[in-house]
Amino acid sequence: MNHDQHLEQHPAHPEGHDEGHIAVAHHPSYGVNILVWIGLLSLTSITVAVAGINLGSLALTAALIIALIKSMFVVNFFMHVKFDNKIIKLFIGICMVVFIIVLVLTFFDLTFRY
Amino acid sequence: MSKQPETMTQEIQEVHIHRDDFGSKMGLWLFLFTEILLFGGLFILYASYRFIYPEGFAAAATHLDVLMGALNTIILLTSSLTVVLGIVALQKNKKKLCLFFLWITIFCGILFLVNKYFEWGAKFQHGIYPKGPALQDMSEGEVMYFGLYYVMTGLHGLHIIVGLAFIGFVMMQIKKDILTSKNFQKLENAGLYWHLVDIIWIFLFPLLYLIH
Repeated sequence: MNHDQHLEQHPAHPEGHDEGHIAVAHHPSYGVNILVWIGLLSLTSITVAVAGINLGSLALTAALIIALIKSMFVVNFFMHVKFDNKIIKLFIGICMVVFIIVLVLTFFDLTFRY
Repeated sequence: MSKQPETMTQEIQEVHIHRDDFGSKMGLWLFLFTEILLFGGLFILYASYRFIYPEGFAAAATHLDVLMGALNTIILLTSSLTVVLGIVALQKNKKKLCLFFLWITIFCGILFLVNKYFEWGAKFQHGIYPKGPALQDMSEGEVMYFGLYYVMTGLHGLHIIVGLAFIGFVMMQIKKDILTSKNFQKLENAGLYWHLVDIIWIFLFPLLYLIH
């Protein structure tokens, strides 16, 4: 890729350290993604297996933790957030905090009523 | 001699004017956040009713086929992988390979919908649908569960259809060389949307199918 063009597109990064959209282009590799996919399939079978065991109230927690790990793999590797501008991570964080606040507030109401 | 730098800056300016890849990606992420909050609202509704009717939800979930759900999870995860592999292939300037990977994604997406069709069809046959005869004999919790089941998987299925259209549109642009190894943000955006739909299913599967 043309170096001059880089500098022109990223005036904020004069050292050419482009965390932006070109970052993905630097290490395109099939292998890592296939490994992540194998990891995701293993986690799927673990969720199904864990659901078969009678864990009681822990079953939901276990299922949610596994789903969270899976989505973190998808977000970081498939959606390239790991290699992307940090601002996207910050935005995802804010979005999750908003969601959790609404969830917790809803349950404040529910636990007192039921 | 003196003209050469001028044409160069002109070219750079053209690149600069017509494209803002990071802005494009940021716009799609902002859209994804609205999607997260849309499904988030449904997940909160689900959590609330599951809290109120734990037995009803557990009883209703036994009507679902775990194998079918697991199969659909595997199909979606694979379709997500092939989108990423398609992006890698396009970056490496392998247009044919990229289109091949994206065709697999389209195939997986359609396969997912076909499975969903049979799943819903089987429920309909057993009288489990809004105002259906089987729901008359069920408890309130079970009725709530199936209401949420149809809304959440239905909205998710709608997103699969939109995602397939998005990927199909991008594939046409790749075919016409509008999108290339140096200009692939639209493919990346289609991928981001598809992965979000995948993540939603990652949560829907254990929450709807794996209750005991």
